[in-house]
Amino acid sequence: MSDTVKFTIDEQAVEAKKGEKLLWAALKNDIYIPHLCAIKEEKRPNASCRLCFVEIEGIPNPVTSCTMNVEEGIVVKTRSPQVDRLLKTAFELLISDHNLKCSQCPANRKCALQKIAKERGLKLRQKRFKTITRDYEIDDSPDEFAFDRSRCVLCGQCVWADREKAKVGAIGFTKRGINRVVTTFEEVPLAESICTQCMLCVEACPVGALYYK
Amino acid sequence: MTKEGLQKLYEKLKDDANNIIKKAESKPRVLVGTATCGVAAGALKIRDNFLQEIKSKSLDVDVVEVGCMGHCYAEPLAVIDKPGYPPVCYGYLDDGLVHRLVEDFLGGDDPSYEYALAALERNDVFPTFEDFPRGVYEQKLILENCGFIDARSIESYISRDGYSALVKALNESPEWVLDEIKKANLRGRGGAGFPAGIKWEACIKAGGNEKYVICNADEGDPGAFMDRSVLESDPHLVIEGMILCAFAIGAEKGYLYIRAEYPRAVSHVEDAIRQARDKGLLGSSILGSGFSFDLEVFQGSGAFVCGEATALVNSMEGKMGMPESRPPRLASHGYRGKPTVLNNVKTFAYVPMIISRGADWFKEIGTAESPGTAVFSLVGKVNNTGLVEVPMGTTLRQLIYDVGDGLPNNREFKAVQIGGPSGGCLPEKSLDVPIDFDSLHDAGAIMGSGGLVVMDQDDCMVSVSRYFLEFTQHESCGKCTFCRIGTKHLLDILTDITKGEGDSDTLQRLEELAEDVRDGSLCNLGKTAPNPILTTLRYFRDEYKAHIEEGRCPALVCRDLILYFIEPPKCSKLCNVCVGSCPTEAIFTREDGLKEIDQEKCVKCDNCLKACPTEYNAVVKLSPPVLPPEKEKKTK
Ligand SMILES: Cc1cc2nc3c(=O)[nH]c(=O)nc-3n(C[C@H](O)[C@H](O)[C@H](O)COP(=O)(O)O)c2cc1C
Repeated sequence: MSDTVKFTIDEQAVEAKKGEKLLWAALKNDIYIPHLCAIKEEKRPNASCRLCFVEIEGIPNPVTSCTMNVEEGIVVKTRSPQVDRLLKTAFELLISDHNLKCSQCPANRKCALQKIAKERGLKLRQKRFKTITRDYEIDDSPDEFAFDRSRCVLCGQCVWADREKAKVGAIGFTKRGINRVVTTFEEVPLAESICTQCMLCVEACPVGALYYK
Repeated sequence: MTKEGLQKLYEKLKDDANNIIKKAESKPRVLVGTATCGVAAGALKIRDNFLQEIKSKSLDVDVVEVGCMGHCYAEPLAVIDKPGYPPVCYGYLDDGLVHRLVEDFLGGDDPSYEYALAALERNDVFPTFEDFPRGVYEQKLILENCGFIDARSIESYISRDGYSALVKALNESPEWVLDEIKKANLRGRGGAGFPAGIKWEACIKAGGNEKYVICNADEGDPGAFMDRSVLESDPHLVIEGMILCAFAIGAEKGYLYIRAEYPRAVSHVEDAIRQARDKGLLGSSILGSGFSFDLEVFQGSGAFVCGEATALVNSMEGKMGMPESRPPRLASHGYRGKPTVLNNVKTFAYVPMIISRGADWFKEIGTAESPGTAVFSLVGKVNNTGLVEVPMGTTLRQLIYDVGDGLPNNREFKAVQIGGPSGGCLPEKSLDVPIDFDSLHDAGAIMGSGGLVVMDQDDCMVSVSRYFLEFTQHESCGKCTFCRIGTKHLLDILTDITKGEGDSDTLQRLEELAEDVRDGSLCNLGKTAPNPILTTLRYFRDEYKAHIEEGRCPALVCRDLILYFIEPPKCSKLCNVCVGSCPTEAIFTREDGLKEIDQEKCVKCDNCLKACPTEYNAVVKLSPPVLPPEKEKKTK
């Protein structure tokens, strides 16, 4: 069989299709690697959340598994002091800019951030960095759902669902740097945009930013 | 077309050019440096002045605009080239000097050598730039013509053997061109020093028949202006380099990505492209060779990150200028998804001379691993600011003290910042580091795009790294977690330190986050943004500690950590300039006639310190901001 490759992840033998990305090969084999922005169908990985680091023997520094092709014989480790350090920092950076009132969040217990914390023994609190406070207004203009940017992790899952699945194109990223947000064209409320309220974006949101009312 | 045919065609081009140039040079000429640096110093007014004075004396003299000569410290500059005299360069021009030069030299026969900077050709009467101390170290390859030829005339380029490398290449083969570039070990001048030949080869190997050549002239580093100068002063050099690259890789179309803030560069390049097309040097079947290639200017919208290779291509395709993860590299998946070579302006500028004079000639210059020269914009606390070009391997000390003539007023050197916001700060003990890609990297800095800022004891290293972080944080595109949120926290921590805030963990927290942003970011903007912090922590950690532990800014820069104080023994009853200079009326006259600052009202604007006459120098800055008890007693 020439279109599959064999290798190991955490000493577990794994087989995957040539050209597949390491992250998806691991997940398929029930090996968890933290991730938020990865989209399997996307040709060029977004690689923006910087959570899915792994170590590959022979490569000096951790690499993002969403961008690495599987290769015959590679030896992959999902944990190492370096990987754990980068993940912890990335995670703390994300939650330093996140509304952490989990008990009031509709995604409580289903949230991807909570899952990462649980899997990797991280806390949903951090003291290393100042908390970034935002005064975003909740957009509850749609009939059945709402959008709270203070919980958004900018993973882009909703933007992908809106463009590639729903084929609408109502939302996208705007602004730069620390002000980057997901919003509608000219930042009008969703109900006033071309949004069809198909709610595929709500389904796609891994946290509680887009939620059913 | 046969080899002989090509050669003949070129000979004809060159003869025509020579005739035009010879005719122009048979008349006295004034060459005014009107690159952006010159214009900023008033060169256009000087040009108009020359024109007026010449007209009023009814002299037959041409006034020509040339680019940057690299002696920006003496701007505005002009060269007077009068038959019978060596061409002479005059600096610090003003109306009076223009009047005098026109009257005495152009109208008479006195070259007014007392006002001359240097001659441009060896002669028996006046020294040349090469006779300057800096001339010993300088070696001009890509700046050779800058400031000495009319950038808007293709003839001046051709008459100096311009486009002969192209003719030579057309007579050889694409493989031969690639081979020379590889043999020359030409490394990319956009910052990272990646070997151009290997990049070009990867693009060839990617296959397909639609390929692109792009010149990166985004030059977003604050303080850097080498690429602009080259494009403004010698655009055909870069164009010829791009044509040679296109020939080697088999591309038919190329773009120069120039930032829109460089209007003069854009217009000079567009003119140059038009002239090259008119002469059959661009377009279909160049010089009848069957090889076709054309160029276009793309004006970038200015974001710093758009200089990053993948973001640049995205912005050319009309997408948001944001970086992508690599691989795939541009060499296989570039502009419009096609194999693309992207090189810096200077990288392309070396190509024609390597092809003309050979890879071996090039390798003789510089070091084995970094052949060729390095071009810097030398700025900050240094006497000779300007564009300098030195062989790789020159030490920082030679560059600063011999080429740059040291620090003004014999001030004490503290640090040199190399490579802009992605670079690092090196201390005195690193001054003997040779300038080459690898040595600078090992010292913690990078060659970057060639900004070099000299700093003295009045520069605070915490403020300097805060300044650069403010820049990168502002320029972060916000795509990835580390750069978007990490640079924000880095900046916040640095801001706290400049206010004396922090505890025993602060520096460790800063350093660890800086390392993680370096290791975790998606593109090189984030990966290199922590460099100013990491190098200043490495070489100037005590200065950080002084801020946090003692609330003291040793360089007396951080506003929250200083106060202004008038020393009574130095203050004079007969003077009250400082009172008038204060915008908040914080300075009052005491009963004994001396002046004092009301610390509550003082906003630390520095006006009084500047206003106090030098014979008194009574205003001082103190850090930490507490009045020494004995002084306080005296003032009471
Ligand atoms: C944030 C950022 C900005 C950059 N800006 C420039 C630039 O202004 N000019 C440039 O030539 N390269 C710039 N680069 C480097 C390019 O990505 C690329 O490496 C370079 O243009 C390749 O050319 P070279 O091999 O000739 O150096 C930048 C890189 C980053 C990460």
